[in-house]
Order: sequence, then structure tokens, then C-alpha cells
Amino acid sequence: MQQSNAYIITFSVILTVVLGLLLSGTSQVLGPLQREAEALDKKKQILGAVISGEEIDAMSPEEVNAFYTSHIASTVVDINGQEVTEKDGAAVTAENVDIAKNYKMPAEDRLYPVFIFHAEGNPDDVQSYILPLYGAGLWDAIWGYIALDTDMNTVGGITLAHAGETPGLGARITESGVQQRYVGKEIFDESGDLVAVEMQKGEGKDYSADPHKVDGMSGATITGNGVNSMLKNYLGHYQAFIESKKSSQAVAAAF
Amino acid sequence: MSTETVEKAIEKKPAEALLSKRRKKLITDPLVDDNPITIQVLGICSALAVTTQMKPTLVMAISVIFVIVMSNLVISLMRNTIPTRVRIIVQLAVVATLVTLVSEVLRAFAYDMYKELSVFVGLIITNCIVMGRLEAFALGNKPYDSVLDGFGSALGYSWIILTVAFFRELWGSGSVFGIPVFDYVSGIFGPDFKLATNGLMVSPVGAFIILGLIIWVQRTKTGYVEH
Repeated sequence: MQQSNAYIITFSVILTVVLGLLLSGTSQVLGPLQREAEALDKKKQILGAVISGEEIDAMSPEEVNAFYTSHIASTVVDINGQEVTEKDGAAVTAENVDIAKNYKMPAEDRLYPVFIFHAEGNPDDVQSYILPLYGAGLWDAIWGYIALDTDMNTVGGITLAHAGETPGLGARITESGVQQRYVGKEIFDESGDLVAVEMQKGEGKDYSADPHKVDGMSGATITGNGVNSMLKNYLGHYQAFIESKKSSQAVAAAF
Repeated sequence: MSTETVEKAIEKKPAEALLSKRRKKLITDPLVDDNPITIQVLGICSALAVTTQMKPTLVMAISVIFVIVMSNLVISLMRNTIPTRVRIIVQLAVVATLVTLVSEVLRAFAYDMYKELSVFVGLIITNCIVMGRLEAFALGNKPYDSVLDGFGSALGYSWIILTVAFFRELWGSGSVFGIPVFDYVSGIFGPDFKLATNGLMVSPVGAFIILGLIIWVQRTKTGYVEH
């Protein structure tokens, strides 16, 4: 009887339904918690561009949320640097923009969130602008956040993350030692052209005199190239926004 | 004396002790003599991949223990109803469900671990130890015995990957469970005394070397020879 086709089919159907219900039930119950965890992780990454990883690790989830709320304001711009408040009839907030999804669209159609790091509770006292980055590494996606000081030129900090770079090689972009190399570098050259910051091939050289170059990661040149083009692309997409902030500050300084 | 024999006659089969000698063997055998990694050489992939640090390794070990024990239990409970022709796919469905549960729970309650272990939690499905125990044991044995057997195999797997992770993290990153041991040692002997970490230990090659050494030591001790 157990070998009959009818029995096998019935058995399979029942098993599938039971397991399916179990899984969808779990997903329903845990869904809100998972979304919370993901949102928290995103906030940690954004904050990682302006404060050190150790400081963030020492904070409890509530503290991270509180710190984020009191220090980060956000806006969304398009490729021309114009503020976007709604798209297709739905309100747009920077936290809800999915960079990975936007990456699949043509650059002109994408939404570009900007996170503004300001003094505690005072959104007018801007300390740096945090811009998201997204691109391709050697094996899979890489992404991150870069913080620009208010001169819109000096890099205040960067966080980098990856989906599947080689552990010990390309995966080192997540190490604070590698990310520290970007601090203080400049993205515009003397004539005002956007050149971004380029990670070099090879490791162990001193690039402290060159504002547009950082030391590379030995054995991870392709990941390094991915980081370079990601930086160049996204800073390029944000260029209109960056220039507008630059000129408004120049005006403010003139007064 | 006589009353005892009468009682036995009524019961026909006396209940086996909860942890009889035979059952203890189910747990202890896979720890050394029949270890899934060092003797059967199964589950090597994850043993290499997740063992750069102790913390993710511990989470991985707990996940594997949960999956093996639970799948052994479920399959053993169903063993008389599973049609033989589709048994592998049934086992796979049960294991896959359990693994997805583990991964969902990690994602909700330990997101950092979920990110770090990423694909390797999902890959527990393909861990040969899990399916191997289902095929070899749970399909033909009672639930309680199967649970013990699964627990034993999972422990055998866990202590090996934890040992590998201990040495890889110590020599590769100079720490144990994230505590910077090397820095403390350097602190004792003054600033001129620096313990160097070995980059080889961070790469999967390091796991091969440590695992090889463990197998060597173990086989020298037990005198196990491959046939």
C-alpha cells in the first residue's frame, strides 16, 4: 500500500502543506522583528561613516536608535540635486529608499538619499553629509556610506560592506584599518574636477602625501577596483547635489 | 527473587534505562571513535568556512545540533509512514524547513550573526552529516534513540569545529571569543614584546592545517587506520 502512487502523492501533498504552513507562520511572526533588525543594521552602517565601529558596538539597540534620531536628518535628491519628496504618488523618505533596487534603474531615474549628520538635536549645525554607495565587487555586491565634511571635498569617513568577497582578501574592506585610510582624503582636484579617491594596487606604500590615493589591499585588486568605480560612480551621481551645497556655502562664507 | 521474575514475565520487555550502556555509546561514539569530521570526513566545507572566529563557530555548532537532533526526531517519528521511493526528498524537505527556521530566527534575534554566517547556515542542508544520520539511523530506529544518535554526531562535529576555530582565532587574530589575548600577553612583557599573528590562519588553508593536525593526533592516539 505504501508503494502505491496514490499514497506517495497524498503523503507528499500533506508534507508540503504542513511544512509550508510552518514556514509561512514563522515568517509572519518573526517578520516585524527582522525588519527592525535590518533597519537597525542600516542605521549602524550610516553612523559608521561618522563615528568609530567600537563606539557603535558599545551601544545598545535603543541607544543607536536614540543617537540616530538626535543626530541624523535626511533628504532625498534626484540626479540633478533637486529634492524629491514623492515618487509615483507615494511619499519618499531616505530611510526607505532601497539602494540595491535603485541600482538596477538607469542613473537618471534613481533616488539618491542623503543623510545629514548634525550636532545633537540641532539640524542646522551640519557636521557632514553621508552618501550611500553601491556597486560590484569581485563576487557579489558591495556597498557602503561615505561621509563628506561640510566643505563637500574632504572625506570624513567611510563604511564599506560586501555580500560575498573573499574572506581575508576582498572582505577586508569591512575592516576599520582599511576604511581609516580614506579619512582626510579629497574628492576634487585643484581645478575643481571630481576625481574621487582611488585605492591603489599593492599594499604597504605610503600615500599620505596624495589626497586622491589610498593604499591598496594585497591580493584583492579587483575588489579594490570595485570600490574605486563605486566611489566614482556615486560621487558622480551626487555631483549636482555636492556642487549646490558647495556654492551655497561659498555664498554663506562670502557674507 | 521470585517476585521479580514474575514481574518481568508480565512486562515481557523490560524498559531500557534512559541512558543505558548502548544509548551512551550512541552519544560517545561519534565524539572520537566515529567522529563525523575526523573519521568519516563529512561536513568539511563548513568546518573550513566558518571557523575563523569562535563566536560564529559556536552559533554554527548550536544551529547544527538543533537541525540534526530535530530532523532525526521528526524522521524517526515518521519512519513507518514515509514511502521508500521518495524518502530522500522527504528528508530533504524536513531538513530544509528546519534550516530555514534557524536562519529566520537568527535574522530576527541575531542579525549580525546572520550576516556573518550568511550562506553557511543555509548550507547546513547540504551538510552530509545531517542526511547521513537520517539515512543510516533515524529511518530504522525509535525516536529517542535517534535523538541521542543525532546529538552525539552533532557534538562530535561541534567540538572539532570549535577546536579548529580556537586555534585559528588565537593564531590568526590573536584573540579568543573576541578577547584580545595577544594584546594582554604583550602588555605583561612590556611594549617590546609583540606576538605576531599569522595571516594563513585566517584563510581557509589554516583550517586544513589545523584539521590535519587534529586528525593526526587523534589517529596516533586511537590507532585508527583507514581500510
